[in-house]
Amino acid sequence: MNEIVRSFIIPFGVLISMTSIAAGLIWLERRLLALWQNRYGPNRIGPYGLSQVIADMIKIFLKEDWIPPFADKPVFILAPAIIVITVLLSFAIIPFTQSIGVVDLNVGLLFFLAMSSLSVYSVALAGWASNSKYPLIGGLRAAAQMLSYEVFMGLSLMGVVMLAGSFDLRKIVEAQRDMWFCIPQFFGMVVFLIAGIAETRRLPFDLPEAESELVAGFHSEYSGMKFGMFFVGEYLGITLISALVVTLFLGGWRGPFLPPVIWFALKTFIFICGFILLRASLPRLRYDQLMSFGWKVMLPFSLLNLLVTGGILLAVS
Amino acid sequence: MFSLLKSLWLVFLHIFRPRETMLYPEEKPYLSPRWRGRIILSRDPDGCERCVACYLCSVACPVGCISLQATEDEHGRRYPEFFRINFSRCIFCGFCEEACPTYAIQLTPDFEMSEYNRQNLVYEKEDLLINGPGKYPGYNFYNVAGLAIGGKDKGKAENEEPPVDVRSLLP
Repeated sequence: MNEIVRSFIIPFGVLISMTSIAAGLIWLERRLLALWQNRYGPNRIGPYGLSQVIADMIKIFLKEDWIPPFADKPVFILAPAIIVITVLLSFAIIPFTQSIGVVDLNVGLLFFLAMSSLSVYSVALAGWASNSKYPLIGGLRAAAQMLSYEVFMGLSLMGVVMLAGSFDLRKIVEAQRDMWFCIPQFFGMVVFLIAGIAETRRLPFDLPEAESELVAGFHSEYSGMKFGMFFVGEYLGITLISALVVTLFLGGWRGPFLPPVIWFALKTFIFICGFILLRASLPRLRYDQLMSFGWKVMLPFSLLNLLVTGGILLAVS
Repeated sequence: MFSLLKSLWLVFLHIFRPRETMLYPEEKPYLSPRWRGRIILSRDPDGCERCVACYLCSVACPVGCISLQATEDEHGRRYPEFFRINFSRCIFCGFCEEACPTYAIQLTPDFEMSEYNRQNLVYEKEDLLINGPGKYPGYNFYNVAGLAIGGKDKGKAENEEPPVDVRSLLP
């Protein structure tokens, strides 16, 4: 009985908390960006402007949800759902503490990689189904960017897998009892972070959106809550990548004094703020720079990291 | 690579900088006395209207938002029967203030005059008249002008010599 109740509460709790975190990030991002630009940000509605989240949600729900007549209607509707579904599914594998976690897959990491690959479909299909110029270019860029960054995202994680000897995220956190993997796998962490930023299409890798050149990129034709879904997906993606960096490289829930959940949330929060800081300070890459950086720098770098890690492990054992 | 990290750090330090934003409704901005805002009609130090209804402001106005009607009281002083400024047309150029020979019409450092109803932006004379002399304290047009009005004859104004009797100039 207790087990059944637990198996209901945890997934729903994760679902609700993740979506509310994604909503709260709207406020956090605007406030933090403002702080870094010597402004205040939204501070009018409610304490510290926190009710801005509710106001934004009311606004986006009441907006006219318009589907352009030239769009491919079923795909157009499906695309924003895919990104939210895939990212939310990825949260299933994250162990928030020793006991809180939706599923305990022994191929957890592979599941995450599969889901993040599937989320490429969302942006590519959104760009394609919109059936107009700028979304198509945006969708094209998104597909190329995310596929090429997917490659070394997987490779950068293999060092961790070798050290922990498992794809299970819970086992990986257990393996960091003595030393967090951010020390032996520092380069792996850097590569994974960069790939993660590119996966979530955040600045400086926001070429698929690129407001200044492509209107809004792949979601130019979207309005109302469908548009909102892409943003929920983006914020969920930030949370997911941050949570994964914490799990894989920074010891997950481990930490002295404070309870494990607090440690996990704290570390994740710092990384989310880091994502926003990146947006506040770095300019967008050019498209050819993005591609050559991915294939000519990051891929060899992650392969080298993999080789060195494997060599050292072989020599030790 | 190093420059990227440096720019990240420098942007992060902006958290500790003072904010550029002025929290407007709570914190009013400083406006210079010469700010061209809401238009007023001032009075001279004796409390009488300065406006002599000469129509110069109405003529100078590039958008034609000032309308008035001149009339005269029993002392021979001219004053506007009505004086109306349509602020939904006014562009706050200040030409009326420059044209005014009596310092009557003045622009003030006040811009908070939004209305929900467009008709409310038409200001009548009683909305425009203030009780003070505005930017020019102590100035009274009739005291420096040679015009004779009731209670002030020719030659009674400041720095004005008594009128010359042309007949007494005979040799």
